[in-house]
Amino acid sequence: MLYSDKVMDHFAHPRNVGEIPDADGVGTVGNAKCGDIMQMFLKIENDVIVDVKFKTFGCGAAVATSSMATELVKGATIEEALKLTNKAVMEALDGLPPVKVHCSVLAEQAIRAALSDYYRRQGIDPEPIVGKIEELDEHGEEEEE
Amino acid sequence: MEKRFIYADNAATTPLSETALNAMLPWLKEGYGNPSSVYRIARESRIALENARKTVAECLGAKPTEIYFTSGGTEGDNWAIKGALARSRRKGVIISNVEHHAVLHSALAMEKFGFKVTELPVRENGIVSPDDLRAMIDEDTAIVSVMLANNEIGTIQPIAELAAIAHEHGALMHTDAVQAAGHIPIDVKELGVDILTISAHKFHGPKGVGVQYIRSGVRITNLIDGGGHERGRRSGTENVASACGLAAALKEAVDTLPERMPRLTAMRNRLIDGLLKIPYVQLTGDLDKRLPATVSVVINAVEGEGLILTLDELGVCASSGSACTSGSLDPSHVLLAIGLKHEVAHGSLRLTLPDDIDEDGVDYIIWAVATAAERLRAMSPVWDSSAGRPM
Ligand SMILES: Cc1ncc(COP(=O)(O)O)c(C=O)c1O
Repeated sequence: MLYSDKVMDHFAHPRNVGEIPDADGVGTVGNAKCGDIMQMFLKIENDVIVDVKFKTFGCGAAVATSSMATELVKGATIEEALKLTNKAVMEALDGLPPVKVHCSVLAEQAIRAALSDYYRRQGIDPEPIVGKIEELDEHGEEEEE
Repeated sequence: MEKRFIYADNAATTPLSETALNAMLPWLKEGYGNPSSVYRIARESRIALENARKTVAECLGAKPTEIYFTSGGTEGDNWAIKGALARSRRKGVIISNVEHHAVLHSALAMEKFGFKVTELPVRENGIVSPDDLRAMIDEDTAIVSVMLANNEIGTIQPIAELAAIAHEHGALMHTDAVQAAGHIPIDVKELGVDILTISAHKFHGPKGVGVQYIRSGVRITNLIDGGGHERGRRSGTENVASACGLAAALKEAVDTLPERMPRLTAMRNRLIDGLLKIPYVQLTGDLDKRLPATVSVVINAVEGEGLILTLDELGVCASSGSACTSGSLDPSHVLLAIGLKHEVAHGSLRLTLPDDIDEDGVDYIIWAVATAAERLRAMSPVWDSSAGRPM
């Protein structure tokens, strides 16, 4: 399997890693059973994402797509961030191997999950704006079968 | 720490040895004759091939007439399973649940022809129990196939005991010894097996060549039919150079075993001790009944592929059975078979040491794994960095 130089660069030197303690929105997607968990922290002022940080448990592509997604939404308006697609993340990384496309979907979902959380904290139902997202329960675990 | 390069993925493949290369070169150059022809250069090829067969036989405690050259481990495993079932009136095959895909998928492929596959489970230490085999085998079992040493966790199975049970019930016994050959002593008589499979590239021979030992008197259906090479049982113009490379590599590996085994075992144990000092790291597979150079662990809150890529940056080649490295959503069946949960198995790491490893090299690997784990844990949402433990 071959990763692009961009993917390797974002894996080896991920941008915006960490947490934002006073974040305005936090979203976590994926699950440990499948081997990928992404967590996004957003700081939002006047509808603009002024800061973003992430934490990811996952493969090279999971880290690289999270890192790229944070770069793409940093400084963007909420409206712009809501338009971020997994395709845009993939293109910015010069493509992903087919088995890794789901990582870019996860990165898109992580941003949307954080925005949903932001709206929820404002007392606004996020679903009409952000759409439905499968988020983790608070332990980040699925039921054992 | 000054950056080094350490190839610690010798279970994936090994570099070709100088000895093997030199044994091959004449047959890649002027010695191109077809061993089946009658003129001098052909006779020389034939003699080289038969000498290689004799050498292999001596290394395995077999007779030369019991040795068949193949294209490698995958062919050998396919031949054993499919050939034994096709030949038998019985319908059952028993395999362990940690077999290499070459055995597992060969067996499953026979289900559509009406054969029944039963899996013999390993215990938590990665080793099957002869009592379990005794309980599941019956007079409809055509063949039992259990690997001598596992390719992911390195555990060594009690093949002699299993073979005795198979024979009590009139079944054949096959063992995939691909990971074992050249790394632990092998004597086909002591193992009591009917069929044994090895592959040259796992012991510093060339890729694409292997050996099938088939005990005298044991009949299995051919997998590859054609011009009747290998005494009618495996056709195709003989790969003389590769056979010579295999034989030279196997002889060198077997001759140096008494010196290498204790040395590598000590290095392996030093590596295990060092890795287990990293918090929340757990050994997978039995501590003692394992290959001399194989270490396998799971590292909590770290994902395998990310770990392998990070280790690569630090100059260490290793492998993992995580879902991401297997290209599916599930971690390897071996890790699940020893009872690991999915989320734990994703953090698996296998290190298989090179022959020339020394204490400094082991310490470098330990440092690299600790550094990589720390880096990945720092960005992991399932690791609590301030408390230094999983969330
Ligand atoms: C246990 C085991 N069996 C079979 C094989 C397949 O051997 P080959 O690569 O020669 O086809 C391998 C190697 O990947 C192996 O480790």
